[in-house]
Amino acid sequence: MSAAECLLEVEIAHDGALILHLRGDWTVDRALPASEPLRLAIAGARGVRFDDSALEAWDSLLIVFLRRVAALAHSHDVSVNTSGLPQGAQRLLALGSAVPEQPGARRDGGQQTALARLGSSVIAGVEGLRVLLAFIGEISLAVGRLGRGQARFRRADFLLILQQCGAQALPIVSLISFLVGMILAYVGAVQLKQFGAQIFVANLVGLGMAREMGAMMTAIIMAGRTGAAFAAQLGTMTVGEEIDALQTSGFSPMDFLVLPRMLALVLMVPLLCLYADLLGILGGAVVAITSFDISFSQYHDQTLAALELRQFGLGLLKAAVFGVLVAIAGCLRGMQCGRSAAAVGDAATSAVVTGIVWIIVADALLTILYDVLGW
Amino acid sequence: MTGADLVHVEVSGLTMAYGGRVVQRDLDFTIGRGDIFVIMGGSGCGKSTLLRHLVGLQQPAAGDIRYSGASFLQGSPEQRASLLRRFGVMYQQGALWSSMTLAENVSLALEQYTTLSRAEIRELASLKLALVGLAGFEDYYPSEISGGMQKRAGLARAMALDPEILFFDEPSAGLDPISSRRLDELILELRESLGATIVIVTHELPSIFSIGTNGIFMDAERKTIIARGNPSRLLAECEDPKVREFLTRGEHR
Repeated sequence: MSAAECLLEVEIAHDGALILHLRGDWTVDRALPASEPLRLAIAGARGVRFDDSALEAWDSLLIVFLRRVAALAHSHDVSVNTSGLPQGAQRLLALGSAVPEQPGARRDGGQQTALARLGSSVIAGVEGLRVLLAFIGEISLAVGRLGRGQARFRRADFLLILQQCGAQALPIVSLISFLVGMILAYVGAVQLKQFGAQIFVANLVGLGMAREMGAMMTAIIMAGRTGAAFAAQLGTMTVGEEIDALQTSGFSPMDFLVLPRMLALVLMVPLLCLYADLLGILGGAVVAITSFDISFSQYHDQTLAALELRQFGLGLLKAAVFGVLVAIAGCLRGMQCGRSAAAVGDAATSAVVTGIVWIIVADALLTILYDVLGW
Repeated sequence: MTGADLVHVEVSGLTMAYGGRVVQRDLDFTIGRGDIFVIMGGSGCGKSTLLRHLVGLQQPAAGDIRYSGASFLQGSPEQRASLLRRFGVMYQQGALWSSMTLAENVSLALEQYTTLSRAEIRELASLKLALVGLAGFEDYYPSEISGGMQKRAGLARAMALDPEILFFDEPSAGLDPISSRRLDELILELRESLGATIVIVTHELPSIFSIGTNGIFMDAERKTIIARGNPSRLLAECEDPKVREFLTRGEHR
């Protein structure tokens, strides 16, 4: 859609000055006259004057045009006489140039070279690593203070966080772990059935849930649910200067905010994991009984034979480690949050991504470690 | 101009309530075209709530608000939208959209409601920012500039579509006295050159007296308007002890 152009008539007076006759409406629903002919006209003129006798409605669009004319005239050393303009337009023009641009304020939108971009992303990466190490260091100090009984945080906060990341996570953990147990049973039983060994589906589901899937699925749920919530809470507090207020009131944000969250997750993720293990095994049992002709007592006995308490212990150890990682990822991103609403969203997203990456990497490392140690 | 043309905003029988709690009842007042209308009153009397009603962010419990004779509340959504397009609102903290640069903040409405080219919109945005003294800051994000600058950028955004009526919520709160006075001068200048009507919620006495041409004084206890008129004249003539105490900072009883 192209709008009608504003009406401009250009006259050259006998003294060599350019007279711009503004006619009709100069409002934002119109288009401005092209700049190029105007530039040529101004370049050869001995001054610019205006005539507003036929001007009807005008708004900021007129001022934009006048600023263009003024800039063109300035670059060709041509004087501009604004006395032929409406009073209001003259005042707005004056106001627009009243506060000159601060030197150095404007940003050059210059493109960086590929090498410079690579360099700055490496520097940013190193900086990120440094921040992470510093954060882990501060957490370690805070844990030390906790051990000596010097860390201060509010009991009520801690209990609330425990509830939020413990009891309130039960429904979703139930659903996911039950379904994961069912999926494991289906995938395994279809293969094992070819050898008539479908009873070993109990071993597969039991070991799979206890050693691996219970801990990992719980941790991933917690990263998406609680890690993001931590980052958003702390991020909002950063934006609202609440964390600054804690610091100036003599509280360490690490003790006051990060410690209770980390403790809560270290306690709750293993508990949820144990619950997830049981529900997963139950899910596997449902599949084995309904689809693969295994009786409940068979499944029960086989599971007991396959699992030792040690297997659960190994899973719970993983879960505790994952809990620490999710808490660190959430709190780190929250504390690093920028001071805008968009930054809070970024912090929450980044907390989830970071948390999940750390969980998977740690899981791989722990699995290899268990194997080396023969656990 | 006929008499009706002189009245820009007409509020009749307006009652404002949060749930069952009435904040102010039966407010009647008119705002003339080109007025600088000051909404005064102690903290908690509902000044900002009144402003939110005037710009349609909150629904009144009773009463009507008419702009240039057209009802703001009973009109169709289209009429409402076309009225809203002629409003400019400057919020207390600037309320700039934090994920956009200053130029983008100002341009958004221009992109939506005009057919101008990108270059022209950019120039218009630069003009608005220059008018509030922020030339050269087009590509800054709100978080990168000071609070006073954020307020001025909020004003530039409010002016984007050359509104007929500008609403200000505590424009000078949190500004130093000099910046606050510059903002007052800017508001006066904008009214002179754009011919806009201006509605201000404030309790900065210097601003009230230097720019206000008309106004109302609301009271939290009596829940209604207890004085109206030019603030300087109110100071000279009003007998109500509450109004006098407010306008003299409680120094001359």
